[in-house]
Amino acid sequence: MTAAGSDSVSLSGIEKRYGAARALDGVDFAIGRGERVGLIGHNGAGKSTLMQILAGAVTADAGRISVADEALDDYSSRRARQHGIRCVFQELSLCPNLTVAENVRIFHPALRGFGGQKKAARLIGEMLDGIFPGHGISPGDLVRDLAIGKRQMVEVARAFTVVAEPLRLVILDEPTSSLDAQASAQLLTHMRRAADAGLGLILISHVLAEVLGHVDRIVVMRDGKVAAAGPVQDFDRRKLVRAMGGEEMPPGQRSSGQRLREGAVCVKARPGRRGGAKELVAHQGEIVGLAGLAGHGQTALLRQVFEASSHGTTFRSRPAAFVAGDRQTDGVFPRWSIAENITIRSLKNLRRGGLVSPGREKALAASWKDRMRIRTPEMKNSILSLSGGNQQKALFARALASEAPIILMDDPMRGVDIATRQDVYALIRSEAAAGRCFLWYTTETDELLHCDHVYVFHAGAIVADLAGADVSEEKIIHLSFQEPA
Amino acid sequence: MTARAPVRLLRSLLPAFSLALVVAAIAWLNPRAMSYFGFNLMLSLALPIALATVAQMFVIAGSELDLSIGSFISFCGCVVATWLDQSPLLGAAILLGGVLVYAGVGALIHLRNLPSIVVTLGMSFVWQGLAILVLPRPGGAAPDWLQTLMSSKPPFLPLPVIGSLLLALVCHLLLMRTGYGAVLRGAGGNATAIGRTGWSLLKVKMALFALAGLFGVLSSLALIGISTSADPNIGSNYSLLSIAGVILGGGEFVGGVVSPVGAVIGGLTLTLAASPLLTFLHIPPDWQIGANGALLILVLAARARFSRPEAA
Repeated sequence: MTAAGSDSVSLSGIEKRYGAARALDGVDFAIGRGERVGLIGHNGAGKSTLMQILAGAVTADAGRISVADEALDDYSSRRARQHGIRCVFQELSLCPNLTVAENVRIFHPALRGFGGQKKAARLIGEMLDGIFPGHGISPGDLVRDLAIGKRQMVEVARAFTVVAEPLRLVILDEPTSSLDAQASAQLLTHMRRAADAGLGLILISHVLAEVLGHVDRIVVMRDGKVAAAGPVQDFDRRKLVRAMGGEEMPPGQRSSGQRLREGAVCVKARPGRRGGAKELVAHQGEIVGLAGLAGHGQTALLRQVFEASSHGTTFRSRPAAFVAGDRQTDGVFPRWSIAENITIRSLKNLRRGGLVSPGREKALAASWKDRMRIRTPEMKNSILSLSGGNQQKALFARALASEAPIILMDDPMRGVDIATRQDVYALIRSEAAAGRCFLWYTTETDELLHCDHVYVFHAGAIVADLAGADVSEEKIIHLSFQEPA
Repeated sequence: MTARAPVRLLRSLLPAFSLALVVAAIAWLNPRAMSYFGFNLMLSLALPIALATVAQMFVIAGSELDLSIGSFISFCGCVVATWLDQSPLLGAAILLGGVLVYAGVGALIHLRNLPSIVVTLGMSFVWQGLAILVLPRPGGAAPDWLQTLMSSKPPFLPLPVIGSLLLALVCHLLLMRTGYGAVLRGAGGNATAIGRTGWSLLKVKMALFALAGLFGVLSSLALIGISTSADPNIGSNYSLLSIAGVILGGGEFVGGVVSPVGAVIGGLTLTLAASPLLTFLHIPPDWQIGANGALLILVLAARARFSRPEAA
């Protein structure tokens, strides 16, 4: 490994099995001070598992962890913290019932006593101001009242706060997945500053441009092994995709024949409250994008459409299916199997003589396992046995397996790798061609290029309606910051 | 944030509002009840109920439920009226042992990943059985110092009011203002997150159950001090009353959402709404329990109206 100086954190020969599945198969990894390492790979390649081992949340079956040439036995999350290793996990690890400041407090046992609350509030306030200027979060806010993007900001900022324990290495597992473009840029800038101050940083991300532009070194993982590693200069997009074992695909393939405003109208909606005059219209067979900065009313509109469709008051009241982005809150049934999570939306159609037929349920789950390429030995396994991206695939399968002609997608590609995305994009296009209508809110501009129509949101209202060829990144960014006329 | 703040304020004021409503109703029905003596009488059983509610609150803070607190209070009551009176050292040791058993139940629930409802339901029969062994028929006598304490009449405010204020203050500081208090509540909200930051979830659960046991003991002391003798069924309806009190006070069954001040207020509301209000309404005793239940549903429905989380 390069840059493995004496002051580095290193993992060697790490192995981990989950039942029959081998998650990690002898991985070596090292990171020095002041270094930014990008860790990439498909869902289930083992990145998150490796980082959970490094953070002490998961115990390795074999291998050695050492910090500054000192081998650490009996490794745990407490030991990791003592050595200054912290992780911003992909699944949010804040307590929703506590305030922002209290979440900082539980993170730092040294903040004890009655004055601790104020200290914690000041600490997180300053850190948030430093990383995400204009964040709009108060330390007294309850986390459950914050939108997912803001929760992510809190979690990231919290990982950088220092009280008594040292800080040497911060692992960021998909930190930008719930952040909008502006906040993502702020975080990436902060990473540079932190590295200059001597911190090691590991960035896991599926947005390749983000990794290529903001790290010093890249490690590519594939099937539980390191597939490639080296300085960032040695890589480009194509090489990375090949190293991950993916197919080369130009980003953002435009849907072939543009069927603009032709089919019957399926959705007509106006954003509530401060809605303004502009309306969103979606026709049958269309993919309609909802763009703009995160939290500017896109999710609210999707919910509005969903509510209306389930109460039968929409335009011709056609059923809609919802693909959640915040899968922990709105998506998975954590105690259920993968199959049950997929078929729940379609139970009505799986009936035989008034009862749900187990055979048909199994068949439906099996067919979607193949179509979505869900990586699991058994669809009967718990949904939580899947990696984050694969859980998201299951949620997609749930919506697409239903009979609903309208599919609402609430930034559903968070934490989904490129190969899967390409599969899902293709599936969306073919389903649209078959007459389904998609409303797609996404924080990634690349994805909007798949849409036939893009509505740009600002402050709860629609500020622009771009059609087909008018959709471009600059235009959307420009409009996102504009006040409604 | 500006739009959220009033809703949250309203949510947290609701328990106090429902208490004020009950007091106002009593004042309207019978103005003479609004006196030192009146409150002392109406709130005579408030302290044991408030203490039991606080005990339950610690368990609910960890997203668990304790169905045994009522019979635990019965058992402790029997111990207080017998051993604590005759051989105080032995009595105190048994009460302490009870708290330790509570911590053990917490450990069992965590280590074996058992549903707390089942374990505490089982424990409720154990405590009930022990209570009958200690005191097969109603009787015994509260220690003199306890009777004196519970019948004392401090100046300006009646004892139940002072006791409730003190209880709310202490528990608020303990659970809402200390770092470990945040950890205890956090474990009810997202146990994985607490574990990942290096806290022992076993200790958290044991601490929560031990606190429940401790306040259960205090509740039994207050109860026996007031009633001066014990009965093996003396606390039997406290299990469900305490749960209702926590929920009335703004707590939620899962997610570690609790409020000590709210729990005390919830306990007081239950006490006042139980017999004084209904007696003043001239509802015959036969119908009072049913009417009490209806009142409870009404208040909880009002609470649900305000505590619905807004869409992000």
